[in-house]
Amino acid sequence: MDMKERFSSLTQIPEFTSTFSDPAVAETAGMDVMQINVGRLCNLACKHCHVGAGPNRTEVMGRDVMEACLKVYRNQGFSTIDITGGAPEMNPDFRWFVDEACKICDHVIVRTNLVIMLEEGFTDLPEFYRDHKIEVFCSLPHYKAKTTDRQRGLNVFERSIKVIQKLNELGYGRDPELVLNMVYNPAGAFFPPDQTTMENEYKTILGRDYGIEFNNLFTITNNPIGRFGEFLVRSDNFESYMNKLYAAFNPATLENMMCRTQLSVGWDGLLYDCDFNQALDMKIESGETIFDMTDKPYVPRRICFNKHCYACTAGAGSSCGGTTE
Amino acid sequence: MKTYYNPDDLDKFATMGEEAPALWDAFMAYYGGVMADGALTAREKALIALAIAHADKCPYCIDSYTQTCLQMGIDEEEMTEAVHVAAAMKAGITLVHGVQMKNIVDKLEM
Repeated sequence: MDMKERFSSLTQIPEFTSTFSDPAVAETAGMDVMQINVGRLCNLACKHCHVGAGPNRTEVMGRDVMEACLKVYRNQGFSTIDITGGAPEMNPDFRWFVDEACKICDHVIVRTNLVIMLEEGFTDLPEFYRDHKIEVFCSLPHYKAKTTDRQRGLNVFERSIKVIQKLNELGYGRDPELVLNMVYNPAGAFFPPDQTTMENEYKTILGRDYGIEFNNLFTITNNPIGRFGEFLVRSDNFESYMNKLYAAFNPATLENMMCRTQLSVGWDGLLYDCDFNQALDMKIESGETIFDMTDKPYVPRRICFNKHCYACTAGAGSSCGGTTE
Repeated sequence: MKTYYNPDDLDKFATMGEEAPALWDAFMAYYGGVMADGALTAREKALIALAIAHADKCPYCIDSYTQTCLQMGIDEEEMTEAVHVAAAMKAGITLVHGVQMKNIVDKLEM
């Protein structure tokens, strides 16, 4: 049974579209972020990864797709390019793409697992990011090694700390032009803590123990798909987690759901309303690819929903940029 | 009913308000106020609640406050220490009552 079939089997949880009556909620409201998943290849295989990234994945975006992304970015009024993966740095055209993206976009984000920057061939990336004034989003599931390593792999915490310290030395988290954000994912079948409280905890403890500085911590609710979804099923937590998501539904988060202002591009140029839909292979309603859009202006589109969308509307809401309420 | 304690009963807690809604509402308002950030943080209060849940051996509260603690970013090490505080208090409380035993022994023995 795949995840979409599992969602259908939860008859006590209504379809996500029944939670709102305003049809505008189901439509995009202008494009802000183009999130580009440049491949599922990664040097880690984190337990919560919704795209199932890892060292054995072969899906890697080609330069033709990247070029099409840049054209669509120019035509459709986006303001941010958000590059993710996998470990996006492992795409052979990554540096070229960042160079080109920075020529047309003032706000380029790269989502990094940090530890890739300790691998041979990637150690120049901290300076590369600094020189391009890339906004760096890094994953650090906890300020303690045990919790981080349980989710991301042995010694990942210690190695992540080394890279963050290097980024700090280069000015990240200190120079206003060099923004370093961290992402917190719960290490299990529970919701994230209050974002501000946890940010204060992180800043206090990482500053005290490692001299680390950063800008913002974003807490993200784990989406019940991909590897995390498999964990929920395997550990018999799937139904109770979905029930909790539904019980925590907050209508105030609907307006700011990230899918309303985002286009998610897959490694092969297929398009999705968000990275979670991408992981579930739920393409945008029209089925167009990035190549179909290169000469088109922005046109509002109807968003495709399923029950995993309750993860973005639980409590204070959740997105790739943290809470949304 | 196979057991007195059923995990699903936790979700029925609010039914305690059915025959006494005013008392239930007053309890919930008080409970919510107590557990919110104050001179102590909500995080610290959750750890106290977890310790008391163990001291009073309430399976509902252990389930509920373990989840609450995880959701507040509290890790297993911190929760374990809180349970040890409860255990240490229980041990100390037991031992200090030994003074009563000694007082009685002193009074009765020749």
